[in-house]
Amino acid sequence: MREPRIIVVGGGLAGLMATIRVAESGVPVQLFSVVPVKRSHSVCAQGGINAAKNLKGEGDSTWIHFDDTVYGGDFLANQPIVKGMCEAAPAIIDLLDRMGVMFNRTPEGLLDFRRFGGTLHHRTAFAGATTGQQLLYALDEQVRRFEAEDKVHKFEGWTFLSAVIDESRVCRGICAMDLRTMEVRTFPCDAVIFCTGGIGAIFRQTTNSVACTGMAQSALFQQGVYYANGEFIQVHPTAIPGEDKCRLMSESLRGEGGRVWVPRKAGDNRPARSIPEKERFYFLEEWYPKYGNLVPRDVATRAIYKIVFEEKLSLPGMNAVYLDLTHLPREMLDRKLEGVLEIYQKFVGPDPRDEPMKVFPAMHYTMGGLWVDNERQATNIPGIFAAGECEYQYHGANRLGANSLVSCIYGGMIAGPSAVKYARNLEKGCESVASSVFDAERSRQQETNDALLNQQGTENPITIWKELGDLMVEHVTVVRLNANLEKALRKLDEFSDRFSRVNLADRTQWSNQTLQFTRELGNMLILSKVITLGALARNETRGAHYKPEFPERDDKNWLKTTKASWNGGKIQLDYEPVDISLLPPRPRKY
Amino acid sequence: MADNTFIVRIKRRAAPHESVRWEEFEIRYRPHMNVITCLRDIAEKPITRDAKGTTPVSYDANCLEEVCGACAMLINGYPRQACSALVDNLEKPIRLEPLTKFPLVRDLQVDRSVMFENLKRMQCWVPIDGTYAIGPGPRMSPEEQQIGYPLARCITCGNCLEACPKVNSHTQFVGAAIINQVRLFNMHPTGEMHSRARLEAMMGPGGIQDCDNAQNCVKVCPKSIPLTESNNEINRQVLKHAIWDWLNWSQGPTERSEEWKRTGIQK
Ligand SMILES: Cc1cc2nc3c(=O)[nH]c(=O)nc-3n(C[C@H](O)[C@H](O)[C@H](O)COP(=O)(O)OP(=O)(O)OC[C@H]3O[C@@H](n4cnc5c(N)ncnc54)[C@H](O)[C@@H]3O)c2cc1C
Ligand code: SF4
Ligand code: FES
Repeated sequence: MREPRIIVVGGGLAGLMATIRVAESGVPVQLFSVVPVKRSHSVCAQGGINAAKNLKGEGDSTWIHFDDTVYGGDFLANQPIVKGMCEAAPAIIDLLDRMGVMFNRTPEGLLDFRRFGGTLHHRTAFAGATTGQQLLYALDEQVRRFEAEDKVHKFEGWTFLSAVIDESRVCRGICAMDLRTMEVRTFPCDAVIFCTGGIGAIFRQTTNSVACTGMAQSALFQQGVYYANGEFIQVHPTAIPGEDKCRLMSESLRGEGGRVWVPRKAGDNRPARSIPEKERFYFLEEWYPKYGNLVPRDVATRAIYKIVFEEKLSLPGMNAVYLDLTHLPREMLDRKLEGVLEIYQKFVGPDPRDEPMKVFPAMHYTMGGLWVDNERQATNIPGIFAAGECEYQYHGANRLGANSLVSCIYGGMIAGPSAVKYARNLEKGCESVASSVFDAERSRQQETNDALLNQQGTENPITIWKELGDLMVEHVTVVRLNANLEKALRKLDEFSDRFSRVNLADRTQWSNQTLQFTRELGNMLILSKVITLGALARNETRGAHYKPEFPERDDKNWLKTTKASWNGGKIQLDYEPVDISLLPPRPRKY
Repeated sequence: MADNTFIVRIKRRAAPHESVRWEEFEIRYRPHMNVITCLRDIAEKPITRDAKGTTPVSYDANCLEEVCGACAMLINGYPRQACSALVDNLEKPIRLEPLTKFPLVRDLQVDRSVMFENLKRMQCWVPIDGTYAIGPGPRMSPEEQQIGYPLARCITCGNCLEACPKVNSHTQFVGAAIINQVRLFNMHPTGEMHSRARLEAMMGPGGIQDCDNAQNCVKVCPKSIPLTESNNEINRQVLKHAIWDWLNWSQGPTERSEEWKRTGIQK
């Protein structure tokens, strides 16, 4: 039997899990990543990972986890796969534990769980406040073990440029670029699994990492892969505002008892701690008595917007609210949350154990993504699979905190074996594909590079990117008005036009980061249009997608998945029904 | 020079074999800037202080919150992460140079893959049977977790290697980061089963004997990992392992490791 050839693009949690599963089945893997995989964005995840282990005597169950997730996502997710994830979650935690993740423990030596948003149960396992880092390292170590056994071959410092697709529209490999030598090369394979993460860079002011550009998703979209629910973008309620990055102050701070408030009196500029209890407005607790500070993110974010922009109760001098931990025991804060508190101290200064933090919402998570079927993590192009934040299927219109890490790992666990199965069943493997197919793709990518390098333009890619971020944050995040979305689309066309005149300040052929960034930017512009068009079309309010002109969820017209496709250079929107076979939609009221 | 600007001096090299040049940039001050924002400003307007056009500066960065380890460089001569180096706290002019203990790629970018290779050589992983659902992991007391977790926070930035006098072109010393990882895996209930192999690797070339206890590592570690403690612990384990081997040279390996546990020689 011939040995299938599998490529994984992206080495965050999803990509590493997929890699492990493929290697474990005896099939070798080539693993591509822009950054060394151990530096992938997954390291940023702070708060934890959900699994209904029910170790706190609360009667939690995988069914309740499933219900919370679907309800939290405002019924936009296809339900059977979400149920599958919630059922697999407890075993995923066990697996990670066996891999050596330093999860926090109870006195009995069992895993400890904390509360997170959108649930009433202690369901979130955590390793201090750097859970993503600890999980990523555990998977990275397992992959390194396979690497030592020669089952995994890493291509770190390579960027994916495009898929190699043959005349029968089957994927036969990838085209990638070595970010040092700038060499463009094709790699034949039978199946590729994409795990390239979120698209935060489009919004610039985001909690995401630099490499979260969505370049791969956008390139695939332009090659015919559907992009689903693009308009669903999560804005996290509590981050430190910043020019280069908005640093997240995890939901776990509220899960462990942190409280959000503002002074009741506008412009009150007394030091926070000297403001008496009764003059503080704990608006989340007052408005949402059942969930309090742990309402889902879209709800908390809109509440903060209301406080800041409508009630004008912002903190003096900046758009922000207090996130207060000063009433909590220091020992607990050190043991469970130090990683996050350290970020606040390093980047802002004051010790959040002594002084309430000042936070504001920031773009955080990409619910939409590459369209995949509901069983195999397969896209509509044979041979292309996707898992992790880059695909769309687990979180509906709004993701619950600590559900992403589990969805990434679960998706990777499914994608690995299903790619192997697909490759094994292929009638002819990639080696039988004419070399002209590969040459053509390589030339196409090389020509794009050459054109950018030789072009004598007037536009600076970073300037366009900054303006893009400002535009998207202003019009396509928390509050969406159709007139503004239309304006944004016109602006995006202008940016594309300017992009055609970019001028590269670096034309060298060695570690040319400007060239790479410019190619990312070109791809970001296309995805921005997908997001904005999807938002414009969807005339309702659902989860993170809030339109004051259409303030209600409209199941009659909009209980459907957006499916964008690239039709001869134009974006086309189609829709497909959502599988609601397990839980009938009910109004979402926290 | 305008009041609200400051100077950044950068040691540049277009490629490993190219010559070194220093360039100075005048940056407009804004509150909360860090070294990455300076480098982005330069990328947007790559013009030196003496009005010469140049290329944007190459550097590595990803998380921008000091958790991915990518952006280590010498900032005013000190090895640290650029993303958490706030302009307000730095002496001006700010001097940026690449780390010197790793092969240069370009400008501030270096190649730290040797660290990943050494993690492989030292078998820094927990050997699991497979990813199938075969039940929970070993129990662990909260006290053990409180020792293990801080060790597990190493971001492979390489600052500890940069600061170490014994990491140089004459030795193959793996450095504090790797020794610390060996400690972590040797203390894990399952990882411990391979502690022998790790200790033997630690006794080989570039291992623990190269450490001469300068203790610079612990001063530069951005994650405040107790590196000297880890060095001491591995030293102790290696010593015990060596003595034990010497005492039991005639016994087979299985018998030996069982005995090892019984007599409680290992911690
Ligand atoms: C600050 C922060 C905190 C978070 N906290 C939590 C939490 O507590 N709990 C939770 O469940 N979720 C959390 N999340 C969300 C979660 O971290 C992410 O959704 C998840 O880590 C994404 O993992 P991934 O494997 O899909 O992708 P990533 O980890 O983003 O990895 C993407 C990979 O793709 C590679 N890549 C990208 N583009 C290319 C290309 N063109 N060519 C080659 N390689 C490419 C990258 O190098 C990288 O290896 C948090 C997110 C943020 C931003
Ligand atoms: S031990 Fe500290 S200094 Fe050394 S690589 Fe790890 S985090 Fe960096
Ligand atoms: S960019 Fe990740 S540590 Fe600085």
